[in-house]
Amino acid sequence: MTEFFASPLWTDYGWPGLIMVGQIAAMMGVVIFAVAYLTYAERKVLGAMQRRQGPMTVGPFGLLQPIADGVKLLSKETIVPSQANKPVFLLAPIMLFTLALVAWAVIPVNAKWVIADINVGVLYLFAISSMGVYGIIMAGWASNSKYAFLGGLRSASQMVSYEVSMGLVIVTILLCVGSLNLSDIVTVPRPVWVQIMLLPMFVVFLVSILAETNRAPFDLPEGESELSGGFMVEYSAMTFALFFLGEYANMILMSAMATVLFLGGWLPPFGIDALAVVPGVVWFSLKVCAMLFFFIWARATFPRYRYDQLMRLGWKVFLPFSLIWVVLMAGLLMTFDALPK
Amino acid sequence: MAFDQVARSFMLSEIVKGMALTFKYMFKPRVTINYPYEKGPLSPRFRGEHALRRYPNGEERCIACKLCEAICPALAITIEAEPREDGSRRTTRYDIDMTKCIYCGLCQEACPVDAIVEGPNFEFATETREELFYNKERLLANGDRWEAQLAANLAKDAPYR
Repeated sequence: MTEFFASPLWTDYGWPGLIMVGQIAAMMGVVIFAVAYLTYAERKVLGAMQRRQGPMTVGPFGLLQPIADGVKLLSKETIVPSQANKPVFLLAPIMLFTLALVAWAVIPVNAKWVIADINVGVLYLFAISSMGVYGIIMAGWASNSKYAFLGGLRSASQMVSYEVSMGLVIVTILLCVGSLNLSDIVTVPRPVWVQIMLLPMFVVFLVSILAETNRAPFDLPEGESELSGGFMVEYSAMTFALFFLGEYANMILMSAMATVLFLGGWLPPFGIDALAVVPGVVWFSLKVCAMLFFFIWARATFPRYRYDQLMRLGWKVFLPFSLIWVVLMAGLLMTFDALPK
Repeated sequence: MAFDQVARSFMLSEIVKGMALTFKYMFKPRVTINYPYEKGPLSPRFRGEHALRRYPNGEERCIACKLCEAICPALAITIEAEPREDGSRRTTRYDIDMTKCIYCGLCQEACPVDAIVEGPNFEFATETREELFYNKERLLANGDRWEAQLAANLAKDAPYR
C-alpha cells in the first residue's frame, strides 16, 4: 500500500485528482446553496419592492422555504408527455443545469482560487454560456407542444442576438487587458479613464446578461402571459426544478462574469488597499450579490419587452453601439499608448 | 426635440427613474398582513358563519316562525317545526346548506328574536361538501362558541337600527 502512495501514479495523478474532485464538490455545493437562497432572496426582494412580505411561514422569516420547495419538487411525479421525444426531453434539463455548473471551473473567486486556471478562460465561459441555448431548444422541440416550441425558438434567437453584443463587450475588455485568462483580467491594472470609458460597455453587458439568462424584462421565452411558461411548460417535478436551478445558476454565473470583467473580481472596491484585510472571497461574493440584486431589482421594475422591441434593441442599438465603442476604445488605447504590452 | 430625446434615451434617464422608484418602495412599510398569524379588523356587521343563539337561561331563541326560511333568496334554509311537550313552539329541524348560502344577511334581518345571526367567523372551510350542510346541533354549537362576540356585535350595532 505504501508503495502505491509513493508511486508517481498517486503523487502525479491520484492525489491532485482527489484535490480537484474536492474543489469541484466544494464549488458545486456553494453554487447550489447560493441558487437555493437566491430564489428566497428574489421572493423577499420582490415582495419588499411590491410592499409585501414574501415567504414568512416555513422557518423564521421563511428561511427554510427553499428547502421546502426542493422537497416538494423532489417528491412529485415527473410527467413525460406521450407525444414527447423522451430521451431528448429528459436530456434537455440535465444539459442546461450541467452547463450552468461546468462554467464555474474557470471563475476565479480569489487570487489562485480557481479550479482550472486555463489561458482561454473567457472563450471557455463564452462557449459554455452559448451552449445553454441548446438545452432550451431541445426542451422546446422535444416537448412537442406549440407553446414550448415557440418559447424555444424565441429563446434561441434572443440568446444568439445578445451574444453578439456581449462578445464585442468582451473584446473591448480584452483590448484593455491583453489576456484571455480570467485571473489576469482581474489583476491587470486599468487606468481610470479606461474604467470610465468602459462604463457604457458595462451597461450594454448588464442588459445583455439579462437577455442572455432570459430574465425580466427579457423573459419572453417563458412569458407566462402569452406562452404559459414557454419551453418549460411540459416539465414537472425534478425536470422542472433542473430548469429552474439552471436559470438561477446561470444568473449567478453571469453575475460572477460581470464581477470578473468589470468590477475587479476579488480585489477590494475602488482600489482602496486598506480594505484588503477583508478576504478576497468576501469581496467577490459581495460583488456577485450586488449584481444579483440588480437582476431582481430589474425584474421588479420593468415590464416585459415586446418581441420586436427586443430584437430591435439587440441588433439596431447594442450591436452598432458596441461596434463603435470597440473601435473607439482601440483607437484611444493606441493613441495614448495604453495597450497592454 | 430629436436630439433631446436621443440624449435622454442614451443616458437611460427613464430607466434610472424607474429603478429609483422601486428602490425607494423597498423601504416603505408593508401593506399586507401575515394572515394566519395576523388578522385584519372586522366590522360588527360582518356576515360570516351562521349561528343559532340561546337565551341566558339556555333556552333556544328560535320560535320556528320560518321568516328566515321565507326570505332566504338562495333557499338555503329548511325548517320543520312542531309543538314541544311543554306546549312551546320550537323547531325539530333547522338546516342551512352553506354551499347555497350567499351570506346576504336577510335571515338575521328577518329574525324577530335575534336567534339566527351571522357571526364573525369566516374560517370554516371543510374538506368535503357534506360537512357544509349544517344542522340544528351544529348551528346551536356555533352559537354557544361565539356567543360573547355575537352579543357584543349586536350591542355595538343596536344604536344604528
